[in-house]
Amino acid sequence: MYIRNSIFGVLVFVSFASFAECDKTTNAANTTIEGPGLGQPAPEEMIKAWNISIFPDGTGLPIGKGTVAEGKVIFKAQCAICHGPAGIGGAAEELSGGEQGLTGEYPDKTIGTYWPYATTLFDFIKRGMPLSAPGSLTVDQTYAVTAYLLHVNKILPEDAVMSNETLPKVEMPNRNGFVWIYPGLKKSD
Amino acid sequence: MAKKQEESGSFTSNDLTPVAGGGLLDRRLFLKRGLMFGSATALAGTAGNLFAEETALEKVVENKITSKAPWMLKPGKPFSNYGQPSPYESEVIRWISANAMASGNGVSWCPLHELEGIITPNGLHYERHHNGVPEIDPAQHQLLIHGMVEKPLTFSIDALKRYPMESRICFIECGGNSNAGWNSRPVQSAAGHFHGLVSCSEWTGVPLSVVLNEASLDPKASWIIAEAADGIAMNISFPVEKAMDDAILALYQNGERIRPENGYPLRLLLPGWEGVTNVKWLRRLQVTDQPVMSRNETAKYTELMPDGKVRQFTFEMDAKSLITSPSAGQEMHGPGYYQITGLAWSGKGKITKVEVSADGGMTWAEAELQEPVLSKCFTRFRMPWKWDGELAVIKSRAKDETGYVQPERDVLVKERGRHGYFHYNAIVSWEIVPEGYVNHVYS
Repeated sequence: MYIRNSIFGVLVFVSFASFAECDKTTNAANTTIEGPGLGQPAPEEMIKAWNISIFPDGTGLPIGKGTVAEGKVIFKAQCAICHGPAGIGGAAEELSGGEQGLTGEYPDKTIGTYWPYATTLFDFIKRGMPLSAPGSLTVDQTYAVTAYLLHVNKILPEDAVMSNETLPKVEMPNRNGFVWIYPGLKKSD
Repeated sequence: MAKKQEESGSFTSNDLTPVAGGGLLDRRLFLKRGLMFGSATALAGTAGNLFAEETALEKVVENKITSKAPWMLKPGKPFSNYGQPSPYESEVIRWISANAMASGNGVSWCPLHELEGIITPNGLHYERHHNGVPEIDPAQHQLLIHGMVEKPLTFSIDALKRYPMESRICFIECGGNSNAGWNSRPVQSAAGHFHGLVSCSEWTGVPLSVVLNEASLDPKASWIIAEAADGIAMNISFPVEKAMDDAILALYQNGERIRPENGYPLRLLLPGWEGVTNVKWLRRLQVTDQPVMSRNETAKYTELMPDGKVRQFTFEMDAKSLITSPSAGQEMHGPGYYQITGLAWSGKGKITKVEVSADGGMTWAEAELQEPVLSKCFTRFRMPWKWDGELAVIKSRAKDETGYVQPERDVLVKERGRHGYFHYNAIVSWEIVPEGYVNHVYS
């Protein structure tokens, strides 16, 4: 059921002259509903503080860095209780050990075999991990855990350092494994 | 076969001629006679489905109550500020499957097999949380819209409540619903504990296009990243096209403000699209020209195919149907008349047809679709059936207005393999054994 209040909306709100947003053209076949224009201009500082999006090209990554060795210590203290030592064998998501690859009877969907972008790892850890205290890792700690997880997934060497510069350059094995299904979507790369 | 029933005098043998194998009867049977199933016991004659009514009758006699029931002999309970179900319905609950190490991570299943009609009561709407239900003070909540817009804006809940609203009755289904269907052996769970990560409500709120127009989209904008105010700041990308088509900033669910576990105070509603895109506790919309590639649109909610490729941005939930009664775990009460009923839905539009089989898919007959039949909404179907007491396999098959027909399980598995996890929508088969038990089978 689709109960559109369009006529009501247009009639009521065009009558308030102070709402300058209502002068847009409406066509009879597809009436555009106009709102009362109550959105407040978003302050630049608010946008800056709230915008935590991190894109595959590194846009949004905060400045910082961390090593595999540092990440190993943090992972043991903060993550292993759910994810198991080295990201295998815990109650939560398996994070490494994808020996089987993605085909066959027992495919292994892990960071190393499945995740297309390394930036996603940093983003998800920073915004939501650990579940008991989401967002509590510092930026440098998050780079370190990211580096450690990429290392145990055999993507980075033991002496690797991850930073806002190096992370977007990491080539994930399944980078090109994804097919966009919804009609009309265009891949930008 | 129909001889005994002729003696009841209500139906001619013609009416009771099966329209398909296994004893399926004409879907218009009860409509023709103006009878509902509840009053159809006279029709059943000696049939065994009188069991429940007989038991009730015995009780009345035992209690020696001739004219009044016990609860008629005293004043009833006083008024209540917020009504609750009868204590006799205390077993009709959501079934919780949560992470042992993180109680707010997991799901609760809607008991579809206990419900009727098409509207899910708010307290029984399925849940999927990634890190629990945030307790949000609406006075401190804002919706920020920024990115590729002319005017970045922020909205309070009070402001949004002053906008012109619209209502839409539609389902929300988790992309992972029914995923036990990918298992090599049929899982033995009640229908709702297997397929109940779907629910249907009347959602009311502000069309998203209205506020996006107010912010004025950059013509090059193609994606929007929606983000929640929960403990993982859940985020996901979706195309601008959907935002401008039928997306709603939902404030109300079945007439009351959205329940906390369903996104209070504000939920993004993308009708027909997988649950994870219907972002609860909505706090931020960032307009962009690319998806953000969040964890929940890459590592999760994507489907691994047999060739190792991965389906991404599947979004729409394909047509699906399910017999909710009789269904796994329920019991039959002897041979005789039953109503087969269930739900059908499609994320691509209206359900145009549901067919039912009672002989394992050899023959099919069209079920009655109960009005209203709405786009991207639960549709209730019904089918009269005379069970002969023998082994029977019942199943339903939905078709939507795009012409898409719900596939048999072997067809779906052949196409997608068994490791896609998400978007399982194959035909569901229930086996009824002569003892009256109902099991889940692959057939």
